[in-house]
Amino acid sequence: MMLLQPSMDPNRKRAKSVDRVDSVDSGSESFESTRKCGFPDEVLERVLSLIDSHKDRSSVSLVCKDWYNAERWSRRDVFIGNCYSVSPEIVAARFPRVRSVTLKGKPRFSDFNLVPEDWGADVHPWLSVFSTAYPFLEELRLKRMAVTDESLEFLATNFHGFKALSLLSCDGFSTDGLKAIATHCKNLTELDIQENGIDDLGGHWLSCFPESLTSLEVLNFASLNSEVSFDALEKLVSRCKSLRVLKVNRNVSLDQLQKLLLHCPLLMELGTGTFMQELISGPVTEFKTMFSNCKNLVTLSGLWDATPLYLPVIYPACASLTFLNLSYATLRSDELANLLAHCKSLRRLWLLDTVGDKGLEAVGSCCPLLEELRVFPADPFDQEIFLGVTESGFVSVSHGCPKLRYVLYFCRQMTNAAVATIARNCPDFTHFRLCIMNPGQPDYLTKEPMDDAFGSVVKTCTKLQRLAISGLLTDRTFEYIGKYAKNLETLSVAFAGSSDLGMESVLKGCMKLRKLEIRDCPFGNAALLSGLTKYESMRSLWMSACNVTMNGCRALAKEKPRLNVEVMRDEEGSDDSQAHKVYVYRSVAGPRRDAPPFVLTL
Amino acid sequence: MSISIAEHDYIRLSEANMEKNKIDDKDLNFKATELRLGLPGSESPERESVTVKKRGFADTINGGSGKWVFAGNGGLEVDLVQNGGNKNLGCVKAESDVLVLPKGGLLEKKGLVSVKSDGQTSVPATKQQVVGWPPIRSFRKNTMAVSQTKNEENNDPKMGSGCLYVKVSMDGAPYLRKVDLKIYSCYLDLSSALEKMFSCFTIGQYGSHGAPTREGLSESRLMDLLHGSEYVLTYEDKDGDWMLVGDVPWDMFIGSCKRMRIMKSSDAIGLGKILNTPQNLDFSTTNQEVKSPLNLAPRAMEKCRNRN
Repeated sequence: MMLLQPSMDPNRKRAKSVDRVDSVDSGSESFESTRKCGFPDEVLERVLSLIDSHKDRSSVSLVCKDWYNAERWSRRDVFIGNCYSVSPEIVAARFPRVRSVTLKGKPRFSDFNLVPEDWGADVHPWLSVFSTAYPFLEELRLKRMAVTDESLEFLATNFHGFKALSLLSCDGFSTDGLKAIATHCKNLTELDIQENGIDDLGGHWLSCFPESLTSLEVLNFASLNSEVSFDALEKLVSRCKSLRVLKVNRNVSLDQLQKLLLHCPLLMELGTGTFMQELISGPVTEFKTMFSNCKNLVTLSGLWDATPLYLPVIYPACASLTFLNLSYATLRSDELANLLAHCKSLRRLWLLDTVGDKGLEAVGSCCPLLEELRVFPADPFDQEIFLGVTESGFVSVSHGCPKLRYVLYFCRQMTNAAVATIARNCPDFTHFRLCIMNPGQPDYLTKEPMDDAFGSVVKTCTKLQRLAISGLLTDRTFEYIGKYAKNLETLSVAFAGSSDLGMESVLKGCMKLRKLEIRDCPFGNAALLSGLTKYESMRSLWMSACNVTMNGCRALAKEKPRLNVEVMRDEEGSDDSQAHKVYVYRSVAGPRRDAPPFVLTL
Repeated sequence: MSISIAEHDYIRLSEANMEKNKIDDKDLNFKATELRLGLPGSESPERESVTVKKRGFADTINGGSGKWVFAGNGGLEVDLVQNGGNKNLGCVKAESDVLVLPKGGLLEKKGLVSVKSDGQTSVPATKQQVVGWPPIRSFRKNTMAVSQTKNEENNDPKMGSGCLYVKVSMDGAPYLRKVDLKIYSCYLDLSSALEKMFSCFTIGQYGSHGAPTREGLSESRLMDLLHGSEYVLTYEDKDGDWMLVGDVPWDMFIGSCKRMRIMKSSDAIGLGKILNTPQNLDFSTTNQEVKSPLNLAPRAMEKCRNRN
């Protein structure tokens, strides 16, 4: 097989490429005589269609016009990280044969109430364009988009081969929209509804799935509050023979779950409902065999209200589990330890901090293959709570789990020394998100800022892609980040830094930075403008409650017309010169046309 | 009997920065340096505490009991956990506890602390809220809130589910603590834990006598203070009566305890029927062979010992 050299000038015309091919393989003359130009398009497209990575595809499209074309025709899956960076028309024009679209909308801080409602990211304009451009669209995955019931109905009725819908952290719709999906999507394979701002009008939507629908493979309604008809659910589960992911909500009881599990032996991912019985009707033994049929289970979640009485029911399934999500089960250390003793294959573990440091010791001793750990606070807003996890729990895990690469850790105390130890034990971190819940809290033993903690992380963990920092931090932290975190792509900062130098260091040093989100830091216009040449290579910048002014933002907007510099006016009608919330992102679609009155594009 | 607890939150940061900031603080008058929680540029000097228009979810949980305090309790609570009170002394009355702010005084600007003209700093008594902090998604916040309410409603220890947090206050201590009764199996465990939590305050009270330094106060002196009849541990039961802790079986206790109070023995006279015998008023004589911190009812101590 003749290979085109990868480093071709993107502007080369077809004729030139013939010469290139000639010189590469001299024994190909017979081949050459039958062809006027390089690879046949069909072959090139076929080859390129095997490339999944978006990054690779981007690189491929830059090689030359042929490759650009071949790539765009073979692209099935489009990922748009910021819905305002491009318009649906541009996407449709460039990629004519798309089957799957992933769209992300609002800035991440909208998850924490920092973005007002009606900010935008409405999916409807996209659906309108897609209904003509991609009538055969099969998959739609939305994150932080505004979705209405009308949009869901439009989706359900205009895309006849539609198969998979995933809504994560979206808002604006109700269960009526789900009814439309259930009713009209005859070939639905996936319905994944997670943590949305949904108007829950009842569980009737589930009963809208017709008897004829047997194609469902993924059903996740764990975060919906109202009760669905168990009868409808059981029938649905039993006729969908390919079901591999089932995550029910809290209203589904233990004995109901037991019945469901009888119908889906192929299940790979299970989210249980409530994991206890209020009225102890019979002995726990009646549930003992519940999981013995689930030979393929690798993921287990839900487990709401799980008590030590019922938890052993899952033991038979634990040996093969790779992902265990206990972040809704208020387990104590001993309960967790008993459970983990059975879970030797765990790669990912999510917990509540009720397990305490002792529970984390158990993690360290039982789960040597662990790659991801997330510890959430059971009571984040109550300062009087004495418990939770501390630095010692984290250190214990790091000793026992050297393969850790992803950590999200909420705690109330931390030390520089502990983090240095953790980084030494786990040098492969790619995602390090540490949240010391008290803003601006120092090392509780030395009273020093936590600069050295994050310094040791960035120095030791060279593969670090994502970092979230907290605690009392001076500019030194940012100097370390800028100097060492050469692979960093996402940085989240809150209540940190001493001066503009902090932000400047990061913008100057972090070559691969794509997303920077900052809140409540003393960074001003000088810092903002120091990134002038950088923002176009990034997806976005968020700054709120910092020291940036309107003039600074205007200066940025003026210098960089291809950036959208948006300022959100504070509702309380304060001084115009302060820019309270600033969102800067690159875009080929120009300024937003749907900006609400409180969003000012400069 | 009401316990007045003045909320003072002390922030302890590095000594190194202290000097720097002392000079700056001297020249500022109170008004100029009294900063509130407000976004940069916001006016409204007449407001004592800022009401954030967009309610943080803390407001919606448990009727607004979830409030956020900055950089105050954190350091102190932490010390108590780790060091059993031996290292962190004087957290109540130490004059040496001066707030040290990072350069630029971000926390100051945010109104998280107010700097008084004499250089003393404190977090405002009213606990302020920060929107969107800690960064937890709404679904999780709401779910945990529901779980908490459920736990509070069905406080049946036999269920073995979740946590059982009760507030513990101590006469003279500046703020409350909360403990999860579920993690203890008997009275001895509970009282040891409480002793660790509150020893800081006890020592603080005696600070002027022995001028305790970090390594100054010995283990034995601490024990002496607590084993004396200085304090008794009491609780409020479901009926609203204040009882002496230790009288009823442990399971019954955790089923009926609503909150606890470590009170001075002098205030405990006449508390519940069990205090009628003079024996109970002077624990130091009856319980010397049994290390019984915080003076639990002797009957309970017997049971605990047998169990162990």
